[in-house]
Formats: sequence, C-alpha cells, structure tokens
Amino acid sequence: MIELKNVYKSFGDRVILEDISVLFEKGKTNLIIGQSGSGKTVLLKSVVGLHNIDSGAIIYGDADFTKMSFEEKKAIRQEIGMLFQGGALFDSSTVEENVRFPLDMFTNKSVEEKRERVNFCLKRVKLEKVNRLFPAEISGGMKKRVAIARAIALNPKYLFCDEPNSGLDPMTSIVIDNLIKEITEEYDITTIVNTHDMNSVMEIGDKVVFIYKGKKTWEGTKDDIFNVDNRFLNDFVFASPLSKKVKSLANK
Amino acid sequence: MRKVFAKPEKHRIYYKQFIKEIASLGVSSIGIVAIISAFMGAVITIQTAYNIENPLLPPYLIGVAARDSILLEFSSTMVALILAGKVGSSIASELGTMRVSEQIDALEIMGVNSASFLILPKIAAAMIFNPFLALLSMSIGIFGGWAVGTFVGVITTEQYILGIRYAFNTYYITYSIIKTVVFAFIITSVASYYGYNVRGGSIEVGESSTKAVVYSSVFILMFNLILTQLLLS
Repeated sequence: MIELKNVYKSFGDRVILEDISVLFEKGKTNLIIGQSGSGKTVLLKSVVGLHNIDSGAIIYGDADFTKMSFEEKKAIRQEIGMLFQGGALFDSSTVEENVRFPLDMFTNKSVEEKRERVNFCLKRVKLEKVNRLFPAEISGGMKKRVAIARAIALNPKYLFCDEPNSGLDPMTSIVIDNLIKEITEEYDITTIVNTHDMNSVMEIGDKVVFIYKGKKTWEGTKDDIFNVDNRFLNDFVFASPLSKKVKSLANK
Repeated sequence: MRKVFAKPEKHRIYYKQFIKEIASLGVSSIGIVAIISAFMGAVITIQTAYNIENPLLPPYLIGVAARDSILLEFSSTMVALILAGKVGSSIASELGTMRVSEQIDALEIMGVNSASFLILPKIAAAMIFNPFLALLSMSIGIFGGWAVGTFVGVITTEQYILGIRYAFNTYYITYSIIKTVVFAFIITSVASYYGYNVRGGSIEVGESSTKAVVYSSVFILMFNLILTQLLLS
C-alpha cells in the first residue's frame, strides 16, 4: 500500500502538484490518468523519489518515504520495479544482462541461479530466445516486456509504470496491460500506472485517479467512470468521436 | 563529486565496468594516438631540421629537439587535447543519452548510486590507462621522427639516436606522466559532468558533448601552464 498525503510540488514558481491525497491499494492496479502536462509523470516520479516534494507525505506501508535516510530509501528502492515510457533498457547490455542487472547488483545468487531467474522472468513476460539480443534489435513491445521482466526480477512489492503503452499498437498494448494486471495479482503487489490510454483504463483500472492541472479531481473505479458528473473527466474520457458514440449508444 | 567517489555498492560489478571502460576509453584510442604521434614526430623533426640549417649547429640537435618536444609537451598535452575530443565527446553523449532515455533514472530507482556506478570507472580507467597511451605516443613519436627524418635525408640514424640520448633527463617522462594523469581526470570528470546533468533531448545531448570538449580543452591548457610552472620551475 502507498498513501499520499497533501503532496505539493512545484518547479520554481510553477505549481505542478497541488494537495494530492490518495491511497494506492495493494494487489490492485491503480491508474493515474490525465491529459499531457497535467502532472501525472511528476506525481509518479515524486512517489518513487526521483523528485523531492515540497510538502506532504508519501507513505510506503507505514513509513514516510520523505523522512527516510538515504540507506532506508535505498532499501525501499530495491522493493520497487519500474517500467519507463521508453523501457529505459541499458543500450550496451543484452536482454539477459538487462534483466540480470538487479540480481548482479543486489543479490549473492550463483551464476546458475541468476540464469534461472532471468529465464523465468523472461518466460513470464512471454519472451524466449531473445537473451542475447540487444535492445536495438527488438521491437518496442518486446522492449516493454523486457523492462517488465527486469522490474520483477527482484520480486518487487511495488510496481510503477509510466505510460506503458506509448508508441505501441492496440494489440500489443492489450498484451502489456494484461501482463501488468496478471503480475499485480500474482505477486499481490501495489501497482501504479500512469496513462492517458482509455483502453488501459477499461482493461485494468481497479482504481482510477484523475489529475487535472495538478489537482486530484476524481477517483473511482473503471465502472464508475461512465456515469460521472465531472466536466473535465468527461472531456478527457470522451475526447474521441468513437468514445462519444460509444457513450451515446450506452445511454440509449 | 561526493556521490561519484562514494563507496561502491558491489566491487565486482564496478571492476567489470572498469575493465569495460579501459577497453572503450583506452584501448580504442590506441590507433588514433599512434597515427597522430607518428605524424607529429615526423613533422617536428622536419621543421626542426629546416630551422637549424646552420653549419655551426650539430645535426643531432634535431633529435634533441624532437625528443624534448615529444616528451615535454606533445605526448601529454597534445594527446590529451585529442582525447578530450574523442573520449570527452563520447562520455558526454553516452551519459547524456542515458539521462534523456531515463536509463539513469532506472538505475536510481533500483537503488544504485548512478553517479558512482557510471562515472567512477571511467575516471579510474582513464587515469590508469592514459599514461600507457602517453608512453606509446612518446615511443611512436620518436620513431616517426627517425623514420621520416632519415627517409627525407635531413638527419642520419646515428645523429638522430645521438640526439635522442644527449643529456637525457628521465624526469621529463615523470613530468609527462603526471600531466597525463591530471589531464585524464579533467577529461573524464568534465565530460561526465556535462553528460550526467543533461536536461532535455537530443539537441541538449549534442550541446553537452560540445561543451565537454570545449571546457575540458580549456582546463587542460590552464592546468598545463600550472603544472609546468610547478613541476619544471
């Protein structure tokens, strides 16, 4: 479980996040949605500690991340897996080396144990026979899957995904969404996904938090989202002609 | 800087990185250093020969001038300036690309001290390997001077060797190595600073690469003056 309490963040005079309070539950896929520039990525990066917040609290379990020492933060970070927008795989390392990296860095497993774990993680994301390929030699969807494999290598308690479907076709997006949901339930972890992809919301959104201009404007489930009287959320959710048509058909 | 020199998380991983950096920053520079040193040694020899066309001056002075130029200035400072271009831009663009593609963020989130993990092996590799490049440059430079000097007929082998050995001071080599180590630190740390702190996209990565070369070259020239005054005065 991760809880945010009255989080504020600004860059210079520009206020990016204003009084965000939300509870991200364990074993659920928690989605942060909002337009580009609404503050979603800053919020996610603040939660993982890549940005220091101005005020408020970020509670992991029962400990406030913002008040932790460097060593305590380091320990928490080893329980975090993160999937970045572009995958953030290490270009100069093979797929196998990428997935093995956290194991090399933070465990004392033998070479054989590490190889087994790498193969297990890659198999879990439905990737095989790619161990020796470099990131530049695989597709965007495969990169995302390798990044998920790397994120779960150390059995994380928390999984963060920043725009996991950006740049992917709808079919591959569904594969990635389902993987994230399956892994969340299988390992009973707290997952937070940043997205503006409404298909993802409908596929995996156990809990949805809507951010508008740096403020939490709404939270609920994917089933509630169609019947909300919130102009900003409705403008965002039903932005495309197709979704407008779906909504009008649903209302009939 | 404090983060860079923090205690490594896992020595074995850092050692592997160090070996990788020796190959990418040091071994891969052998070719360019060799070529430039050979040509520079040759040019110094020919230019010196044309400048001392005087029957009162013994020809072996060409060898002396070539040796001193190569040992005192060329193999440390000139090679460092060349490496600032080659290695400095490579480090800045590598780290800059890692920054903008969130690879550095990925390391930080895993709990890795990214500054230390990425930069410390580069600094250590350059400071340890560059003196070998300087020694190589000295040898090839002197050889290039002899090969071309004798080929074009401005000096004989005996005279050149006499010049190379004449009043030879081994401290010149020590002086050159000390300068090379300092310059290696400047190249890697300045380039790493600009690469690691890039914000933005590909344009900023390019700019950081240019800044890395320009600033490390300026620092090299400044420290060359300071070290020369300190070590030779």
